[in-house]
Amino acid sequence: MPAAVAPAKAAKATPFVCGYSLAFATPLTGWFVLFFLAPLTVLVVISFYADPQLSHFGLDQYKKIATDGFSLPVLADTLWLGVQVTLLCLVLGYALAWSYVRSPATAQKMLMLVIVMPLLTSVVVRTFAWVVILGRQGIVNSVFQGLGWIDSPMKLLYTRGGLIVALANVQLPLMALPIITALQKLDPNLEDASSALGASAFRTFFKITLPLTLPGIVAGCLLTFAATITAFISQSLIGGGRMLFMPMYIYQQASTLQNWPFAAAISLVFLVAVLVCVTLINRVGRIGAAAAA
Amino acid sequence: MSSAQRQAPSTLALRWGLGGIGTLAVLLLLAPTVVVIIVSFTNGYSLKFPPPGYSLRWYEALPDAWQLQFAALNSLKVASAATAIAVLLGVPASMAIARSESAVARVLDSLFMSPLILPALAFGLASLIYFSRLNVNLSLATLIIGHSVVGVPFVIRTTVAALAQLPPALLESSASLGASRGYTFRRVTLPLIAPGIAAGAFIAFMSSFDNVPVSLFLRDASTDMLPIRMWQDLEGKLDVSIAAVSSLMVLGTLILMIAMERLTGISKRIR
Repeated sequence: MPAAVAPAKAAKATPFVCGYSLAFATPLTGWFVLFFLAPLTVLVVISFYADPQLSHFGLDQYKKIATDGFSLPVLADTLWLGVQVTLLCLVLGYALAWSYVRSPATAQKMLMLVIVMPLLTSVVVRTFAWVVILGRQGIVNSVFQGLGWIDSPMKLLYTRGGLIVALANVQLPLMALPIITALQKLDPNLEDASSALGASAFRTFFKITLPLTLPGIVAGCLLTFAATITAFISQSLIGGGRMLFMPMYIYQQASTLQNWPFAAAISLVFLVAVLVCVTLINRVGRIGAAAAA
Repeated sequence: MSSAQRQAPSTLALRWGLGGIGTLAVLLLLAPTVVVIIVSFTNGYSLKFPPPGYSLRWYEALPDAWQLQFAALNSLKVASAATAIAVLLGVPASMAIARSESAVARVLDSLFMSPLILPALAFGLASLIYFSRLNVNLSLATLIIGHSVVGVPFVIRTTVAALAQLPPALLESSASLGASRGYTFRRVTLPLIAPGIAAGAFIAFMSSFDNVPVSLFLRDASTDMLPIRMWQDLEGKLDVSIAAVSSLMVLGTLILMIAMERLTGISKRIR
């Protein structure tokens, strides 16, 4: 039977074999309209209610965010945390990726397992490990006391520095993987040519390697930044109760205080801020790539 | 010759500098896992490192930790159902958008990928308000729906990548030999993209199992989820039994990951 109808279909072979009808996307589109776009629309609508009882509309929530002198600093601090973690992560992640592509094939297999494994391990578990490492009786304090460098345990947990280091490590695979991909695509002849023409290793690295792997860097920074500022669990466990970032702020307003309009409004402000940052990082990457080319 | 000699110090400095930081990064990636596993064998009551002595007491206590077991079971149910939905809806959608150049396909692609960038907490809150305005009670079902949306991008990404790598010549020859579309799909396309689908499903499952921001809003009071239970236990007291649970989860992840690496080459698909 199939043979009989084949010639007619073979005539328009290219569209037939490669693409499927867009209709195949209908079920998922419906699912997303119902359970993704509709909830987000409701979130927008709720944010325009003036009071938690949802009695009348007004811009009160947004006015409150702009003037309460608390919400905007929390937002700025959350974004700043994202920048700090992303920068530390970039240094660690680039060196990791650079070492990976220069390792022998067998070592690469092991290294890839070490890099990918944390991505699939529960964030609670990974964060918990940093609680153990940074705690008063943790590994850092034990080692330093053992060496006689310090007399009493340092406070590392529940500090900004501890939070940045822990978050940079939790997000490290997100940074390293795109850079590895970019480094693998890099033509090794370019680096060889640069050094053959007399450029120092540093000059070659900063003039050739770094600019040409910029797309990987941008992708890694985007993922790291987005994951860091929304890393609810890590922020609350390692930052402790005295540091407040946007995710916890939203959760407190929505759950503890049951103030949905305000929670919705700060969620949306946060969401827009994230999108602006993502666009900015992309833009910087594109300008950088254009300058390098 | 003279230039080679002049380069040597800077080449070495760069190699040692980047290599050193790279080694440090590897240690930092390994340290958390190793530390959790060692601490879980402590015989003490605190997370002291190194432990004062070693025992299996915290593992022996796990069969009695019914709250954790109950939460783990819920997480398993939700992750399985959400992954199934994400695959059943995501694979056909990937087929529709994978090789399409149309503007609609690109818009749909961005739509399906957007849960990845959007702060999950905002989506969780939005869903909570949405369901409550529709007078839908929170249950396992609402959790599954929320998790399925968050899992879709992983399935789409790996499936689209697998479809893009299909050699068109293979499909053309199947067609020119007289196979119908359905037959070609079942016998040629599906077997070739199956590893991609499996990798995406695996990542979606793990991320659902680990999800806190969406679960926090969409669970009802009686539905406890494992990561939330662990998080709240840790907030209250730094409990050593969490170290035992964590070690078991690390072990489970490692076994699953090695299996998936063999079956699907997941480390290449995750990027």
